[in-house]
Parts: sequence; C-alpha cells; structure tokens
Amino acid sequence: MYIYDEIDQTLVDQRVNQFRDQVRRRISGELSEDEFKPLRLMNGVYLQLHAYMLRVAIPYGTLSAEQLRKLAWIARKYDRGYGHFTTRQNFQYNWPKLEDLPDLLAELASVQMHALQTSGNCIRNVTADQYAGVAADEVVDPRIYAELIRQWSTLHPEFSFLPRKFKIAVTGATADRAAVKVHDIGLVAKRDANGELGFEVTVGGGLGRTPMVGPTIRDFLPEKHLLSYLEAVLRVYNQIGRRDNMYKARIKILVHETGVETFTEMVEREWTEIRDTAVELPAGERTRVAGFFNPPVYDKAKDAAGTLRKHVGEDKAFAHWVDTNVAAHKAEGYAIANISLKPIGGVPGDATAEQMDAVAALAERFSFSEIRITHEQNLVLPHVRQDELYAVWQTLKSYDLHTPNLGLVSDMIACPGMDYCALANARSIPLAQEISERFDDLDRQYDIGELKLKISGCINACGHHHVGHIGILGVDRKGEEYYQITLGGSGAEDASLGEIVGPAFPYDKVVDAVETLVDAYLDIRADGERFLDTYRRVGADPFKEALYGTD
Amino acid sequence: MALIKNRELTEDSWQKVGDDTPVPAEGGAIVSLERWTAERMALAGRNAPIGVLLDVDTPPGNLAEDIDRLDLIAVPFVHFKDGRGYSTARLLRERHGFTGELRAIGNVLRDQLAFLERCGFDSFEYEGRTAALDALKAFDEIGVVFQTAADRRQSAAAVRNHPSRAFVNGTSG
Repeated sequence: MYIYDEIDQTLVDQRVNQFRDQVRRRISGELSEDEFKPLRLMNGVYLQLHAYMLRVAIPYGTLSAEQLRKLAWIARKYDRGYGHFTTRQNFQYNWPKLEDLPDLLAELASVQMHALQTSGNCIRNVTADQYAGVAADEVVDPRIYAELIRQWSTLHPEFSFLPRKFKIAVTGATADRAAVKVHDIGLVAKRDANGELGFEVTVGGGLGRTPMVGPTIRDFLPEKHLLSYLEAVLRVYNQIGRRDNMYKARIKILVHETGVETFTEMVEREWTEIRDTAVELPAGERTRVAGFFNPPVYDKAKDAAGTLRKHVGEDKAFAHWVDTNVAAHKAEGYAIANISLKPIGGVPGDATAEQMDAVAALAERFSFSEIRITHEQNLVLPHVRQDELYAVWQTLKSYDLHTPNLGLVSDMIACPGMDYCALANARSIPLAQEISERFDDLDRQYDIGELKLKISGCINACGHHHVGHIGILGVDRKGEEYYQITLGGSGAEDASLGEIVGPAFPYDKVVDAVETLVDAYLDIRADGERFLDTYRRVGADPFKEALYGTD
Repeated sequence: MALIKNRELTEDSWQKVGDDTPVPAEGGAIVSLERWTAERMALAGRNAPIGVLLDVDTPPGNLAEDIDRLDLIAVPFVHFKDGRGYSTARLLRERHGFTGELRAIGNVLRDQLAFLERCGFDSFEYEGRTAALDALKAFDEIGVVFQTAADRRQSAAAVRNHPSRAFVNGTSG
C-alpha cells in the first residue's frame, strides 16, 4: 500500500485546517449557504434530503485494516453506526453534523485519508481494478499509476473548475473489472511489440443521461508520458468543453460533438507542446511509488489447496461460497475472497461498524492487513491462504457477510435513491430489497448464473443501469414512480449500453417483470450462456413478448 | 474594488478604458482586445504602460505576437464555476512567455486565490478592502504542491527526487 510521506501528510493536515476555517465562516454567518456550497463540494460534503452527506475518498479502492477500523469508529462517533460503499470505491456517511465535519476529517487525516475531490467539477477520486496486484491476467499493478494520478490531480491549479466532474479509471488487466470504458478517461495498461509498458487511452465514456462507451483516442501511450497526456486532454476540455448547459458539459459530449478524430488531433497537438517538459513525472518517482505496491511475502503453504478441497468436501454451504465468491490469485496456495455487501433483503453497499471492524480484523489476520472496495459495492480480502478460507468464512458467517451471491442476481448495484438523494425520482433501495427477497433461494440464483442487475433512481444513473445486463431506471410520471427496464448492457471489457425493452412499469410490477425476464432467459438459454449472452444471441423480442405479450 | 498584488493589498495604478473613451496620455491603461488590435501601433508607441483585457473564450495564442509589448493582461472571472481563465493564464506564462502583470478581474473569491496564483496570476481584484486583507491568508493555507505550473514551484515529486531540495515546514523550494 502507498504510505504518505511528510509532504502527503502536510497536505491533508493543512486541508483539514482550511476546511475548519471554512466551516467556521459558514457557522458564524460570514458565508451564506450559497457561498459555502462550492467550498463544501470541494471537500466531499453534499446537502442531501435530510442531512449533510460526507463522501470519503478510498483511492483506487485500497484500504488498510487500520483505515477500515477508523471508518467504523467514525461511523459510531459521528454517524449512526453504519456507512455506505459506493460504485466509485468511495465511502459515505449519511448523517454527519456540519460542526463535526472538521474533526471527522482530522480523524481521517490521522490514518492518511481524506475527502478531497469526491465531489465538485474537478478530477474525482481515481478508481482501479479491485484485483490489482493479485489478478493473474495483469500486465502491471494499476494502482501505481492510479496513485501517481491521485497526486497529480490533487488540488490541481488549472483543473479544479472544469465544465463538469471528471472521472478516471485504470486497469492493468485484460478483464475489465473497473468499468474503464464508461469513464471520462479510461486507461488500460498494455505492452507494445518491444515489451514497453503503456496505456490504451479512451476518452468520453460515461453514463448519466447520455450514456456512451468511450472511444480510443490513443492506442498506445508510453507510460512515461502519462501525466503530460492527461494534462493535454484536460486542457482541451477545460478550454472548450461546454459550460452553457450542465447536462451537456461532460467531456463525452465534447468528444461526440467535435468528432473523435478532430478531438484526438486537438489533444495530440496540445500534447506535442508539453510532452517532455516539467509536466512529466520526474524519473525516480514512478519507481518510488511502485515500491509501495510490491507483493507481500507469501507463505509457501504446504498443500493449501488440498486442505481447501477437504473443507469444501465437508461443508456444502462453504463450498457454495467458494464457488461464487472466491477468485483465483496469482500466487500459488492463495485466493481472493470477495465479501458480499448484498445480503438477501439488505441495502446494497451498506456496512455496519461491527461488520467493518470484523473485516478489518480478518484482513489483519489473514490478508496482510489489506482490503479492497469494488465498484460493485462489495469488499475483497485480496490475499487469503487457501487453507485459511474456511476460517475466514466462519467469521464472515457470524456477521452476516457470507452471502454467496457474487455476480448473481441479488448482487445488485443500487443508488441511494429517494431514501436519501435530493435528485432521485424514485426509490432504489426498497426495490433492490424486494428483488433480492424474490430470488432469496440461492440454488435458484446459482442456476440463473451471472446476472448483473443495476438500479438507478433517476437519469443521472448512479446505479449504472445502462451497463446492467438488466438495468432499471426510476422515472417520475405525474408524481408516481415508474421504472424503465433496459436489457443487454455491460460495464466489462465487452462494454455495451442496454436498450429499453418497452413501456415502464409501476413500482409494484417491477419485481414480477424481472422474474418474467429471468424465466424467459431460462427457457431459451443455450448451454453455458449467461443472461447477457442469450440476449445478445436472440435479441430483445423473446423478452418483449414475455413481458408484454404478442399483440 | 480592492487590489491584491504580489500577495499585498495595494493601490491600483491602472485604469480600464472603454472603447469610446480616449486613452489618457499618462498612467497605465487597460483596453479591450479589439481596440488593441485596431490601434496597436499608437497604443504601443504611447509613453505609458499598456494592458489588454483578454476574454476567456479567446485563445491566448492570439496575443502571442504582442506579448512583449504588453505590460498587463487582465482576464475576467465572471463566475467561479468558469475555470477557463486558469488555462488562459498558464498558456500566457508558460507557452507565450508573458512576464508582465497578469491580473484576475471581476468576481474573484478567496478560495480561488491560491489556484489562480499557481496558474500565473500575480494581481487580483477583490471585493472589499477588509475582506481582501483577510483573504491574503488564503495564499498560504496549503504549503505543498503536487504539480508543476506557472509559479514554478517544485512539485512533491520533484522535491522527492532532488535530495538537495530539502522539504522544510510545508514549503518546498
């Protein structure tokens, strides 16, 4: 993990003091709410339906046990004993008091954390593959570059007042677990014919009301030019991105309206002016940062796989969990353990302080004190010895963290919806809970197989519905909640946007509709086909027919 | 409007001159880009400082040829959300080598000052003398930087990789 030096620590400490002064000016009335708004937004503080919400950055989804414990501690002291993991690998407190926020941020700074750039029209917290450093299909650990980007983008003097927010995601693997192609900039690490490391660069992906898969504007960017190239993209965007209409202000609209070719030329022209200047990373910095992401020293466990097989043979429930929630690790005898935050009937992504403490303790004992957050709102213990998985699972079980549903229908992404959010048109959480309860039979879910269901409570698409195999979008129809269903989306390496299947459903018909779609798939799937594969093979018609009949 | 220059409150010695008003023979005058373009020779030949107002939707490169003749360039900030002026400033300083006074005018807010200064602005219009005095503190609130920009401060990465430049008390180089 990256460890702050004196410079990093100075920044977060001074930032706390700066925000403390801003809050003081707000409370004293020196600043109006309007004047305070841009300041709080630079620090992850939103005003929601009922209260302020604080979004804490978890850069590229990597947390230490100590940091997770601190999140739990803060949840108890300053909130209501729980918190929420988001689709951008961040963490949210829903009920903090304004006057407590400076102290809360000081607590975060004491464990090298902050809430910088988790909101506002700036370069947001950078995200990465949650299996970074442990995936077998990886060219390089993307966190090295994500950390370099985090630092470069921190309080960037030129790019803190962009036309709109700006999200960057990095992966070093062939499988895309970070949804990079629906980010403003997506970076996919690769090697060229000479074995040199670099990135494919996509620009202008995104969800929201105009979903787009980002086109590639450079097939290979040598890694040493990463910062100058990012700076070139951002400068073009900052200068000519639309500012007349906030719904057309994201870079995807600029790329679309300018045309990919022209946009690319503009970026390349800007880049030739600044490449190889002081904007580039000094030699040595990459090596310094990379040093923090060296793999831990793994045990040479004797027959860890054999012990795991024995446990699997003896305990069916455990076997089920291993099947769904455990992924292959690149080191022999190790495994990646996914912890589902989607218990049947639960709130997707929520965790209590007790659960966070339990996971922190497990990480300390079994996973080199490391935890990852996934964009699908789950947790990961990235390095668990295979012969210790059983012990991990038993502890998870006592905290209701053992649901074996990773990638299955109840492993949904859902935005906070009308229960918390001032923008929402419809509820997301209760719908997710009802769907999860309808499919509470895990054997049935297992039979259905991989099915990514994603729910957004409004067009802003925080629940990523466009890239759900089944996507659900809440809309307001004369004061009543209706839900549009899209099919065929994917946020993975085969990224695609879902298409609307037909007329929207009222709240109380949505769960039935989802079940109808799933049953239709089960009827027509070929061997080994996921829901998405079947949809791509047969198209929407059989699903339309199942939902709406054949008139 | 108060004026902050080089992190101090100062008296403004410049005048903004409308397009229909004669440019005074003495003292600094700031004119529109159109007027500058039309009357360049006369304005440059005048025996007093001259400045130009450069809107954020004009590419700074349009002034490249004139950079050495100008003593001041003023960039307007109408709304804090419009961040184009930050790029304008960096390009003027870093690409076109402008060394005169670069002034942020209009609706400049306390919490923008440090960003603006890093992009190359050295003077700022500020609403209210008392507020401006208080706002001077904003320049020093964050003592470390993570990028190279027009102020040529050493970025964190540069400091770390040049052992001779020691890191002292939150200031770097």
